[in-house]
Amino acid sequence: MLKDMMPHVELFQPTDVDNALALMGRFGSDGWALAGGHDSLAWFKDRGKRPSALIDLAGISELLGIRETSDGIEIGAMTTLTEIELHPMIREKFALLADAARHVASPQIRNSGTLGGNVCQDTRCWYYRLGVGCYRAGGNTCYADTPEAMNREHCLFGADRCVAVTPSDTAPALVALDATMVIRNGQGEREVKAEDFFMRPGIDITRMTVLNPADLLTTIRIPNTWAGAHFYFEKVADRNTWDFALVSVAAAMKVSGDRIQDARIACGGVECVPKRLTGVEKLLKGALLNDETADAAGAAATRGAKPLNYNHFKIPLMENLVKRAVRSA
Amino acid sequence: MTDVRPAGVDLPGAAVHPRPHADDPFDAALLMLEGRRNVSRREFIKGVIASGVAVSGATYFGAACTGLAPAPLGGGVERLISLNVNGQVRRVDVLPGETLAMTLRYKLGLTGTKLGCDRGECGACTVLIDDVAQYSCSTLTHRVRGQEITTVEGLETPSGELHPVQQAFIDELGPQCGFCTPGQVMSAVALLKANPDPTREEARAAMAGNLCRCGAYDHYLNGIMRAAREA
Ligand SMILES: Cc1cc2nc3c(=O)[nH]c(=O)nc-3n(C[C@H](O)[C@H](O)[C@H](O)COP(=O)(O)OP(=O)(O)OC[C@H]3O[C@@H](n4cnc5c(N)ncnc54)[C@H](O)[C@@H]3O)c2cc1C
Ligand code: SF4
Ligand code: FES
Ligand code: FES
Repeated sequence: MLKDMMPHVELFQPTDVDNALALMGRFGSDGWALAGGHDSLAWFKDRGKRPSALIDLAGISELLGIRETSDGIEIGAMTTLTEIELHPMIREKFALLADAARHVASPQIRNSGTLGGNVCQDTRCWYYRLGVGCYRAGGNTCYADTPEAMNREHCLFGADRCVAVTPSDTAPALVALDATMVIRNGQGEREVKAEDFFMRPGIDITRMTVLNPADLLTTIRIPNTWAGAHFYFEKVADRNTWDFALVSVAAAMKVSGDRIQDARIACGGVECVPKRLTGVEKLLKGALLNDETADAAGAAATRGAKPLNYNHFKIPLMENLVKRAVRSA
Repeated sequence: MTDVRPAGVDLPGAAVHPRPHADDPFDAALLMLEGRRNVSRREFIKGVIASGVAVSGATYFGAACTGLAPAPLGGGVERLISLNVNGQVRRVDVLPGETLAMTLRYKLGLTGTKLGCDRGECGACTVLIDDVAQYSCSTLTHRVRGQEITTVEGLETPSGELHPVQQAFIDELGPQCGFCTPGQVMSAVALLKANPDPTREEARAAMAGNLCRCGAYDHYLNGIMRAAREA
């Protein structure tokens, strides 16, 4: 719906990371790093978030591109999802990520939406997006977790006051590939495993990632550990374009003969963070590749799920996606 | 949520007061700048432009303009920029948070680009930026300085001949109500630039970011296949 223009905001277009960090330090929580803008601009148009300064990252060449390193690849945070989807090296070694990127939103969004923005994006809980003062917005109630609430999109696991889910399609793939996020701020650089990058509501309910307001995600590194493994990505959404995952699965498996040597699997759309299925991984390690193993994996995947009023359907959905992932090996 | 409108500034064209007055955002900027030592005239003008309080007499924004709040000074983008649209360089005054769809439609008069949702969910606003299909409702205009923007108005030849995609859409009865058509045309043009001979499935995937409420998808696909054949 066309309301009107965005409220006034100052726009900065630094051309290197140091200047961007200086601006982020200067504006603190009033500043906003702008990547592709597909999450950001909607917030501003709806007056849901009102930063006073946008720090546009598009002019920073250090944040662009895909490079081979001695032990894997590194991807600049501002690399577009289309580039990732089409890049020959990613398709050859880490097709899981290319596949996940291809399932995001729509072609036009992927043409300017970035990998960094995709993993940093805020949750799509539609109560929160309407601008209600729920827990995540600093209030003291959750509108999605009431007997009448429309919560078919919400979580099965890890609820802690907030029952929202991670919206990102690339995040589960990065967790399955054991990626590392490189974060910089005015004080220096640190690395965080993809698995630990996403924030659980029990720890900080107002953030989706470990990033502080002055932090910039600069690079995503993927080690060669899973290069060329057998991959499976599947996303189920109401429509194939635009819609966020109800449940998605990203699996990396090493298979030799009729046995699964090793596996790393994560699901999207079922928890506030990409849910790594360590129980399933243990069960699969060394298991025979057959239907029994697939069934056991599916059952193990959903153990402990706590559905809300309208999202019971996610349990068989998740179970089946995990089964299919194993069967595909 | 309350929409805080800045006091003192209404619409573009608001008068500049003869004497600085601290209550007026424009004058507050002036006074702040005058308070600093060694502020050159050029810096002053730059500061005013960057602060977003300078008034522009030539916008078509009308009621859409809530954007003129006093802003922190210093270092932001300059508002007066050149845009390369349909092969012409055009000077235009662009607010820092302005989207390309707004600039095209309400400042450059290029209303062929439609706004359906203004949220990246329909594709009506699709334009080409350096030959790549993008949603202009979700792109800041300041981002595309120095890039080539093509809208549906820029497709026909100088002698008025339609682009093959436009012609094929007519021949295949593509549009029904026609509201989504400019966006469909631009996505199809982008596809054929990157892949002149697509399969129907490839075309379907490339057009997936354009919604058609009339459901004329197959007609558009027929049009694309025809344009590819005839090109
Ligand atoms: C209609 C629609 C449908 C969508 N469907 C899907 C979908 O199906 N699957 C999916 O995964 N996504 C989907 N998205 C989300 C979209 O893909 C993401 O919003 C987009 O990828 C976010 O990336 P961006 O580059 O546009 O980032 P922005 O919107 O610019 O940024 C998103 C957030 O990340 C922060 N940020 C960005 N980059 C950095 C950085 N380098 N360092 C620190 N912080 C940073 C920003 O400050 C902001 O808070 C959809 C979006 C829309 C509008
Ligand atoms: S699920 Fe989370 S984001 Fe949604 S209303 Fe509840 S607290 Fe807010
Ligand atoms: S108006 Fe831009 S996608 Fe709908
Ligand atoms: S022709 Fe009516 S919306 Fe497509």
